Amino acid sequence: MIGGLFIYNHKGEVLISRVYRDDIGRNAVDAFRVNVIHARQQVRSPVTNIARTSFFHVKRSNIWLAAVTKQNVNAAMVFEFLYKMCDVMTAYFGKISEENIKNNFVLIYELLDEILDFGYPQNSETGALKTFITQQGIKGQLQTKEEQSQITSQVTGQIGWRREGIKYRRNELFLDVLESVNLLMSPQGQVLSAHVSGRVVMKSYLSGMPECKFGMNDKIVIDKQGKGGATDDAGKSDLGGGSGKQSIAIDDCTFHQCVRLSKFDSERSISFIPPDGEYELMRYRTTKDIILPFRVIPLVREVGRTKLEVKVVIKSNFKPSLLAQKIEVRIPTPLNTSGVQVICMKGKAKYKASENAIVWKIKRMAGMKESQISAEIELLPTNDKKKWARPPISMNFEVPFAPSGLKVRYLKVFESKLNYSDHDVIKWVRYIGRSGIYETRC
Amino acid sequence: MTDSKYFTTTKKGEIFELKAELNSDKKEKKKEAVKKVIASMTVGKDVSALFPDVVNCMQTDNLELKKLVYLYLMNYAKSQPDMAIMAVNTFVKDCEDPNPLIRALAVRTMGCIRVDKITEYLCEPLRKCLKDEDPYVRKTAAVCVAKLHDINAQLVEDQGFLDTLKDLISDSNPMVVANAVAALSEIAESHPNSNLLDLNPQTINKLLTALNECTEWGQIFILDCLANYTPRDDRESQSICERVTPRLSHANSAVVLSAVKVLMKFMEMLPKDLDYYGTLLKKLAPPLVTLLSAEPELQYVALRNINLIVQRRPEIMKHEMKVFFVKYNDPIYVKLEKLDIMIRLASQANIAQVLAELKEYATEVDVDFVRKAVRAIGRCAIKVEQSAERCVSTLLDLIQTKVNYVVQEAIVVIKDIFRKYPNKYESVIATLCENLDSLDEPEARAAMIWIVGEYAERIDNADELLESFLEGFHDESTQVQLQLLTAIVKLFLKKPTETQELVQQVLSLATQDSDNPDLRDRGYIYWRLLSTDPVAAKEVVLAEKPLISEETDLIEPTLLEELICHIGTLASVYHKPPSAFVEGSRGVQHKRLPGSAGSGESVDSPETTSTAGVSDAPPAVIPSQGDLLGDLLNLDLTPTTAGPPPPAPSSGMQLGGMDLLGGGLDSLMGDESEPLGGDLGGTPAIGAGFGAAPAALPASFSAPVSGGLDDLFDLGGGVGMPMGAYSPPKSVWLPAMKAKGLEISGTFARRAGVIQMEMTLTNKAMSVMTDFAIQFNRNSFGLSPAGPLQVLTPLSPNQSIEVALPLNTSGPVMKMDPLNNLQVAVKNNIDVFYFSCQYPISMLFVEDGKMERQIFLATWKDIPNDNESQFQIKDCHLSSDAASNKLQGSNIFTIAKRTVDGQDMLYQSMKLTNGIWVLAELRIQAGNPNYTISLKCRAAEVSQCVFQSYEAVLKN
Repeated sequence: MIGGLFIYNHKGEVLISRVYRDDIGRNAVDAFRVNVIHARQQVRSPVTNIARTSFFHVKRSNIWLAAVTKQNVNAAMVFEFLYKMCDVMTAYFGKISEENIKNNFVLIYELLDEILDFGYPQNSETGALKTFITQQGIKGQLQTKEEQSQITSQVTGQIGWRREGIKYRRNELFLDVLESVNLLMSPQGQVLSAHVSGRVVMKSYLSGMPECKFGMNDKIVIDKQGKGGATDDAGKSDLGGGSGKQSIAIDDCTFHQCVRLSKFDSERSISFIPPDGEYELMRYRTTKDIILPFRVIPLVREVGRTKLEVKVVIKSNFKPSLLAQKIEVRIPTPLNTSGVQVICMKGKAKYKASENAIVWKIKRMAGMKESQISAEIELLPTNDKKKWARPPISMNFEVPFAPSGLKVRYLKVFESKLNYSDHDVIKWVRYIGRSGIYETRC
Repeated sequence: MTDSKYFTTTKKGEIFELKAELNSDKKEKKKEAVKKVIASMTVGKDVSALFPDVVNCMQTDNLELKKLVYLYLMNYAKSQPDMAIMAVNTFVKDCEDPNPLIRALAVRTMGCIRVDKITEYLCEPLRKCLKDEDPYVRKTAAVCVAKLHDINAQLVEDQGFLDTLKDLISDSNPMVVANAVAALSEIAESHPNSNLLDLNPQTINKLLTALNECTEWGQIFILDCLANYTPRDDRESQSICERVTPRLSHANSAVVLSAVKVLMKFMEMLPKDLDYYGTLLKKLAPPLVTLLSAEPELQYVALRNINLIVQRRPEIMKHEMKVFFVKYNDPIYVKLEKLDIMIRLASQANIAQVLAELKEYATEVDVDFVRKAVRAIGRCAIKVEQSAERCVSTLLDLIQTKVNYVVQEAIVVIKDIFRKYPNKYESVIATLCENLDSLDEPEARAAMIWIVGEYAERIDNADELLESFLEGFHDESTQVQLQLLTAIVKLFLKKPTETQELVQQVLSLATQDSDNPDLRDRGYIYWRLLSTDPVAAKEVVLAEKPLISEETDLIEPTLLEELICHIGTLASVYHKPPSAFVEGSRGVQHKRLPGSAGSGESVDSPETTSTAGVSDAPPAVIPSQGDLLGDLLNLDLTPTTAGPPPPAPSSGMQLGGMDLLGGGLDSLMGDESEPLGGDLGGTPAIGAGFGAAPAALPASFSAPVSGGLDDLFDLGGGVGMPMGAYSPPKSVWLPAMKAKGLEISGTFARRAGVIQMEMTLTNKAMSVMTDFAIQFNRNSFGLSPAGPLQVLTPLSPNQSIEVALPLNTSGPVMKMDPLNNLQVAVKNNIDVFYFSCQYPISMLFVEDGKMERQIFLATWKDIPNDNESQFQIKDCHLSSDAASNKLQGSNIFTIAKRTVDGQDMLYQSMKLTNGIWVLAELRIQAGNPNYTISLKCRAAEVSQCVFQSYEAVLKN
């Protein structure tokens, strides 16, 4: 298991060092600094083996987190733990920075003592941890016996992510369907690969221990119901969205640990007792029938050895009534660019020498429109034999629908002990589609 | 309030000040001081001097302060064991605290203090905590048992903690179960044979129940533990799989991978025709693809594992090629892994897409990635035959870019393409030759040299090209030197007339001026091959090479099986077994996949039968660079396939091979019948070539060779002699008077299973002789030369040359009189000459001529008595054992020995190259120098000759 955990700043100075196993010595701290942080090259692997000691690292801004071991540990678990560790720290004190880590080092040691025992990850749900580890020191002295046993039962219990006795005057929940649409297109407009990775993020402000059931237009479920003849849901399901598709094929999905996986596996129903506040209910991935909100048509022409002509057209492909926002097109330029002249019909375009790219920004754009930019790029003559690699043109945007076509059909809330029903809960649903890696080769 | 100030104290006398503050009465000040101490400890300062002062702060109600002190204790207790005792009381007291958080904290911390005296005190509180009413304390205590075991395993066993731990598997709280499982698994690892975990259907059921309820981490512990279980039958296997599959939808990638591990392992036991088996296969792909949208570090772990899974079960991911396309912003480690998997998944169906992608990648920035992409194009060509042409043209395009490393990489892969598709793409050689000068990496230079040597006959200026490399021979890396040596020898064999000087030069560079034993050895082998038997040399060096197979860089199957059992762990990331990077006893245990239970099929059958395009033969792996032995064997010295097989298949050749390496170990052991370590010499061809040359270097070649070298040869040739077949001394076959000054004397020998005609040609005329050739008339046993007579240098007046001509027995047959008569014609630039000679028939006794006892008896009876002939061998003074040994050297095998009235009877058998068996009974009376021999053979005519051989062998 994990033998030790170190946190370094960008210079390689140790900010946190916690050793769990006897086989990890102080020299391990230095080994990582010398061989990885101070190595003057790009990181070639997130796992490094130095003198029969394995180092796993992740970087958050300029902070290095490294887990160390001499055993054959579960590597996936170590990385998941490191991410979790980052989440927990962020939940406690915000951004992970040198300043924040130094300011909270006592807290971090406390957390490390709690969530990692002898290198085995323990309960790391912030909701539970915050009940007894706080930034104002540890609660404990003042707790009553009941409170103490409630803490321990929550930390070790089946529903470790929610405590009992939560009360709200107004029972309310927010569902955000956040999708990022990824595309790789050939210069000829052929889709090389496209997929949507989506997340359903839920903010719940519900009293008691509510039992929830979540439904969406999952093809498998709809087909099953279609056979059974029960299609009454279909009419009132339209809570929003950009397309008129009835159901979508989900390639794969993963759930927060609150969801009963065996029930999903057998009945494909998503039921759970939600954590309080904000959390990610599920992630999913689709590859079929994706609505690609924008199409990029590039045209690059080399005029002699010292000039390039670039023309890029973008076309929006969704309902005219919807508006896309924060549109940004990034056109890479060669390293030996000496000057750029840009003409664009809409938005603003600028050549950014430091980024070797022309950045074209458009604030808003309605569906079924098109816009274009043309640029003349002057090049310095070079004797570099190697041809310019022509990185792809990338795009960023935000649209108010789910490019996968996913729709929320219902979210039912049952709480038998308290006297509120599903109808009393105020529910909000929002769809946001963003660009992931949205690239067109030129 | 900020704590960062604690990091900035760098004053001198700091320790002293801290001491004062720690002993302060004010609680706040104390706490501040302890924080400073911990900060100093973190950055690596030695604050152990404050030990007593810090421990004094332990007695406090403030939990935060207490935790800080504990942290300090864990760090320094080992260096101050005596003082650490002071803390024991507090620990013991805390273990009784009404607050479960404090009880757990105490027991957790105590386990981390590796001081014997503290450990002793730990036992009682631990026992209580294991049975504590609060699950939080129990789950902490479970881990503590593992800690204690790490410090003192005996103590844990003596105190019976292991049993208590086992009981916790049935605990009502899922987290307690998970931690108990984790602790037990770890303890079990250091006791490989103990049945600690005692997994049986009941416990498995408990684990599967807990799996649904515990935290994500607990699920990982349980799944990893489940993976060690071997279900009793396919039914149980299926039911576990069914209960594990829901985990594939977990948000935690480690849970998913551990579930994949369990499924991959248990799937082995399911019958392949089961519907469920197919369903399961389909269920595995989506979660694996989803892992690729995780953070890059996890993607890397996932990709390394997918690489293994694809090798084990290619059908799972075969439709998922697109997800492995590289994204521009992927970290380099993700890119390289994706590329690897792309090649594994490449098939006829998707090759066009893959090639388009690879071409794109070849223009990227990162050098390693570009190289790998270029290499991948070559691998595609080898894997998917239909794409070869397109791949080659893509590679040519890339060569035109003139980017140095791209060109070099392309040449390396083109070499492999030539190996796979000989005589198909040689038209590109011209383009390759244009880039000769830009090659500066050994691998590329070696590849280019290989190409030039291999296709020397089509490259007009091959000799010039190779000569240009030869100038800087000593500055080249070994890889290049070896390749250059081979290439020039190939060139010489193809164009002997113009390149003699070149070959002499490279041979002397390799043998005399080099310190590298590999290079020298190869040089000597070629040298001797060329000098003694150029025909064999041709067969060896220019042999047809086996085609390389499409699957390259495959992990060896047993290792792959082991790695599949380690999915998700470091072993699967490194692609190495745990024993390769874990110290001590942990992880030494090798895991294996279970065998298939339901059907009779072998474990390996699914992928070989279900994947199209994978050949049945085990794939040959392209040798990685620097693998000299592999290189040597693959490129140069493959067994000859052309021509008839040598008459004696195994043992003799292995003896020859052994001489090369073992220096005649057999003679020292005195037991020649079993070829010891016969495979050591590598291919039979090496053995034959070496064994066949008993110091027969021609003058022109042997001159520059130093004395040490002669010793080497003496060893090889000399040791073989006493044990080898009898060979009569040379006699003059063709006197100079009859042949215009050419004198030939010669003999026959059987060396390492090859019949040799060994001749000394002497020029007694006044003019130079060249253009020697030899031919045989038809003869009784079909003897004919196995190759042309190789007299490399012109024979100048008064010079002699030793020539060994290997013979085979596949020529035309005509009965001669006497039976062993051979008529020979020799030609040179002057005239054609004829002579006849007689060969001892023992040359034709093959190495597998030992008959089974029973068969011998039956055959002896079976052959009519008319065919028996008796002879007397006079004046022989050998004992029966010595005679038997001597005869065996000539492949006359003693099957049984009987002693009757002081007379030894040896029953012997031998077999001729044409399959005729000869049986003999040799009677030797002690003190009587006259032996009696009875020979029985279905072809009675041979008896006379056999008798002559007996006489010759025994008397020499």
